[in-house]
Amino acid sequence: MKKNPFSLHVDMDDFLPATDAEKEYMVQMRPSTTFFKDGMKRLLRNKVATVSMIVIILITLSAIIIPAFWPYSYDTMLGVQPGRPVDPSYNNLAPFQYGKTELKRIAAGETIFPHIFGTDDGGRDYFIRVVYGTRISLTVGFFASLIVLVIGITMGSLAGYCGGRVDMFIMRVVDIIYSLPDTLMIILFASVMKETLGPIIENSILNKLGSNMISLFIVFALLYWVSMARQIRGQILSLKEQEYVLAARSTGAKAGWIIRKHLIPNCISVIIISTALQIPSAIFTESFLSFLGLGVNAPMPSLGSLASDALNGITSYPYRLVIPAIAISLVVLSLNLFGDGLRDAFDPKLKN
Amino acid sequence: MNSKTMMYILKRIAMAVLTIWIVITVTFFVMRAIPGGPFLAEKAVSEATQRALEAKYGLDKPVMEQYVTYLKDIVTRFDFGPSIKLRGRMVLDVILDGMKTSAKLGVFAAIIALFTGVVLGAVAALRRNKFIDKCIMVLTTAFISMPSFIMGSLMLIVFSVKLGWLPANGATTEGLILPVIALSLSPMANITRLTRSSMLDVLGQDYIRTARAKGVAPVKIIFGHALKNSLIPVITYCGPMLAYIVTGSLVIEQVFAVPGIGRAFVSSITGRDYPLIMGTTIVLALLIVVMNLVSDIMYKIVDPRITLE
Repeated sequence: MKKNPFSLHVDMDDFLPATDAEKEYMVQMRPSTTFFKDGMKRLLRNKVATVSMIVIILITLSAIIIPAFWPYSYDTMLGVQPGRPVDPSYNNLAPFQYGKTELKRIAAGETIFPHIFGTDDGGRDYFIRVVYGTRISLTVGFFASLIVLVIGITMGSLAGYCGGRVDMFIMRVVDIIYSLPDTLMIILFASVMKETLGPIIENSILNKLGSNMISLFIVFALLYWVSMARQIRGQILSLKEQEYVLAARSTGAKAGWIIRKHLIPNCISVIIISTALQIPSAIFTESFLSFLGLGVNAPMPSLGSLASDALNGITSYPYRLVIPAIAISLVVLSLNLFGDGLRDAFDPKLKN
Repeated sequence: MNSKTMMYILKRIAMAVLTIWIVITVTFFVMRAIPGGPFLAEKAVSEATQRALEAKYGLDKPVMEQYVTYLKDIVTRFDFGPSIKLRGRMVLDVILDGMKTSAKLGVFAAIIALFTGVVLGAVAALRRNKFIDKCIMVLTTAFISMPSFIMGSLMLIVFSVKLGWLPANGATTEGLILPVIALSLSPMANITRLTRSSMLDVLGQDYIRTARAKGVAPVKIIFGHALKNSLIPVITYCGPMLAYIVTGSLVIEQVFAVPGIGRAFVSSITGRDYPLIMGTTIVLALLIVVMNLVSDIMYKIVDPRITLE
């Protein structure tokens, strides 16, 4: 039968099942990638970010592991032995020097673990103090950003998702906090909480951390969440207009579910990036406070307090300032570079 | 300036006033939370003396009344009461005394930071991805990653202790050179990066290409078209820069023994001179908030295209 070109008759030959050879075309050769894998791939291609990530991992691991097997501890004054007068030969040792009793033991054939960076004015091994200080600084940075993260996400997603009056209220609070001078507020709180918190935490574990660090955390919780909340809110505002949110809502999903399952996972890049960049800022603040004498409680060292202690003997022992200075710069620099790398890898839209 | 801009400015001013009020209120109540009150902590005095002292400082009145008096004194007379550690001196006098030196330090640091930052940023942008650009970027990254007190102390070691070029004591004019430089490095690095990125942005714009196509001299393009427009984002940084310089001077003045407001503040913290802590916090906060306000308003006036909320 001759086919009429204008006929609407369906040509059944067009609807044959595909052959295996034809199906081959549709097979996805490359395995599908997840958001995380994709970002990691881009991150590892970025040399600067990879190197700084390795530096951070190395520093963190050594800060955790070294104190476990090092023969000296951060608070032992080597010149002080029970039942004997204080041996001042241990104070202010230069690197790789030994105290009097140690020299005797070496003469007797014993091997003594060297004081790589010497000792401080209290006769404490300086190397382990730097390692321990790094650990404290990293911990403070990590927990401070964790606090900021939790509060920032909660407030930001509430404001962004609820909108209306809730949004209005939260954003006004954010505006006000944003305009407060944060460092001054931290100093104010820290100087007061020394008095107020001191007696309360005297007999708890928190005492070892010191009231200053607690006030640092409190201030971070009170003031620093705002920029994170702003970013999350902006992200959620644009995300909640997307079709898949509408679809979820029309199938009866509750607000909490939508926030948790749809909105927050899509904000993850913003969250990762600003958390990574929050850590160095917290470390900076801690070192600043330590310098003002509002940092960790002595004899606990932090990189900031080590540097500020070193200022007293700066003419005779400049290396004691240089060492924590290098450590702090290295940590902050690699965290900053790593954060920048994370941003480029996980949020390529921002790059240009 | 249209009415929308006016509204924005008024709103911004109202916000700044609110912020200052909050700072004063928080400072007041936080200080009152200290056991024994801000004036009497740590002192073991007889009950009669204590009552006399309380009467003298008005601490026997209800808290709200004290608060209102404190607020009124500040607003009407800028009076923060007497210092309790520096006998016979008013807090305001101590602050004004310190301001003389600190203002010099801060203004010079800001000028140096702005000038060098803009020049370095422009050079980096014009020589993008060349050797000099990379040098500038590495240097600025290093400056940003170092706390100001460490930067200051390292400079102290190198230039005063080892080389002996400049005095380590910041009390003289010559001695202010090192603290000014130490204070300006980090904001300078920020301005450099800001100028570089906004300059790169501007250089890619169509009107630059048009100017080039018309045959405008390169010097004129750089200074007349590109630099001028790329400075707009730098204006917004002026507020945060001042905040940085104010807080940075707290530690820099300590390192170089500069007799400024920062050192008075730090010694008031260690000496627990609460009225001085309160007064200095409020004055410095006022300074920061006003500078932020000015730089925000300037930004809107300079570039009217920016959408107003």
